[in-house]
Amino acid sequence: MASHKAGNLIKKTKADQVFDVFNILICSLIMLIMVYPLYFTVIVSLSSPEAVASGSVYLWPKGFTLEAYQNVFRNNEIWVGYRNTILYTVANTLYCLGLTIPAAYVLTKKYLPFRGAISWYFFITMYFGGGLIPSYILNKALHLVNTPWIMIVGVGVSCYNLIVTRTFFSSNIPDELYESAYIDGATEWQSFIKIALPLSGSILAVMALFNIVGCWNSYYTAMIYITNQDYWPLQMVLRKILILGETAALSLEEMSKDEQEWAIRQSQMVYTMKYALIFISSAPLLVIYPFVQKHFVKGVMIGSVKG
Amino acid sequence: MKTGVQGGTAALSAKQIRRACRRRDLRRCWQLYLMILPAITTVFIFHYIPIYGVQIAFKDFRTSLGIWGSEWVGLKHFKRFLQYPDFWRIFWNTLRISLYGFATFPCSLIFALLLNELDNQKFKKTVQMITYAPHFISTVVVCSMLMLFFDRSNGIVNNVIAALGGERYSFLTDPKCFDHLYTWSGVWQGLGWGTIIYLAALSSISPELIEAARIDGATRFKIVWHINIPSILPTVITLLILRVGSLVGVGFEKIFLLQNDLNMNVSRVISTYTYEIGLKGGQFSYSSAIGLFNNIINIVLILIVNKISKVVTDVALW
Repeated sequence: MASHKAGNLIKKTKADQVFDVFNILICSLIMLIMVYPLYFTVIVSLSSPEAVASGSVYLWPKGFTLEAYQNVFRNNEIWVGYRNTILYTVANTLYCLGLTIPAAYVLTKKYLPFRGAISWYFFITMYFGGGLIPSYILNKALHLVNTPWIMIVGVGVSCYNLIVTRTFFSSNIPDELYESAYIDGATEWQSFIKIALPLSGSILAVMALFNIVGCWNSYYTAMIYITNQDYWPLQMVLRKILILGETAALSLEEMSKDEQEWAIRQSQMVYTMKYALIFISSAPLLVIYPFVQKHFVKGVMIGSVKG
Repeated sequence: MKTGVQGGTAALSAKQIRRACRRRDLRRCWQLYLMILPAITTVFIFHYIPIYGVQIAFKDFRTSLGIWGSEWVGLKHFKRFLQYPDFWRIFWNTLRISLYGFATFPCSLIFALLLNELDNQKFKKTVQMITYAPHFISTVVVCSMLMLFFDRSNGIVNNVIAALGGERYSFLTDPKCFDHLYTWSGVWQGLGWGTIIYLAALSSISPELIEAARIDGATRFKIVWHINIPSILPTVITLLILRVGSLVGVGFEKIFLLQNDLNMNVSRVISTYTYEIGLKGGQFSYSSAIGLFNNIINIVLILIVNKISKVVTDVALW
């Protein structure tokens, strides 16, 4: 392999070298474009509100302070949102995995009568659905509206995840393995628990991760179904503060003597706190993903194999 | 020979099992059905019951009468939507925004080809890791960042423009900017992530093929053009078909967040209109009709493109 590489290097022409330089430059530029908005968010959140307001923060924090974070953490709404999001994410992920993994296992069994029909039953849901209003009427009838349950059981089986898991099972666990177990008298249930599950650690990780990211970042279900703010996930709290600009909840400091000065200081603080809020809400996923990146990549790759 | 024999026994035992099932020895199969039952049930409840509920698009739905009891009105709601003065505007907004997104489709492809040409593996890994990051940021946060960065009075973009001696510009309220902000922030989020599939396809090209081409004197560009691109073409086409399927169905979440009173003319799309009319306006039947109309167009589109692709390139979804 090493000599192969060396051979390539020797054969490189002038044009190749010029291309390499340009390629590295372009990739670096793209990397910069990707990372700068995130970096900028962090440095603003760590700067003093006055420096931010003067528009002089570009490359590093000015007047370093953690005040914005302290103020954000003093806000109860954000804690409640955080707690709800964590609860919903954990519960929904367990629920989805519990439904999807056994179903995917069953769909790999070629001798199962009506296997094709059952696959289609799931497949159709990918392209055709009832839409917003019929779903709303249903959830209303089930008394799920404005309860935390809608966030957990609302969706359940994603057909895409089902296909990915099924593809994983059928390409990674040879049929012979099951057959020897059947000959030894194993039931289907035993072969699922004792053979399929122990070999499916990586697909469990992939599905869990996809689900966690999806749950953490979604606001749609909550916006449609939940009006009670005590049940709001983090993204809804963010939407209220950052998009709708309802920042009253962020005003924390005592009104000082000079009303005008106080108002200016207040609005500058709120502005910096928005950046801190963005960072706080995105940090968990951004910190975790580099460590589990290979699982995500694997998931996308299994998904791209036509099943 | 050996593998042939093995395959034979495997097929035999599978056949035996199948026969066992057919003989109503359901001991095996009822367990399987039991395992898949929860998934079937929840899909039935949360997908198929709403599909049954779609009939309210052809009825005048009243809560007191229920879905089945409400009166049939035929295509009334569809006609109403087609005759709605703003219909073409909403339709065109939907199509325009997704076509713009569609036009940025090659970005990830080109970026993947560039990444594939990087020799330094460590650098390549770093670029990949960093460019994946925006994928993990929520829609709410991306839209908030757009609003903060492009803000007229204290956003960084306008600060830079002002520092360079330009005029401050209100990007967020100018209807002309909406498409660009929407689409390019999408590219920012999806560029790196979109390369994964292509890179996987590119890594399956045999190195001997490229080596042989190089020995024959092919330039790098020629190798990319004649080997790399053709070998990932099936992947590209599959993704394209999937994209076409959602051409008249631009996502709700981001558009909704970026909407404001001043850009409503260009930002109101079918999905946000369905929401406005249905949940906010309480016109359940009318809203369902619009949703159904949209869904049918998408299905027809994907069927057509799938068929064309099957005939022309032999690549198809099914």
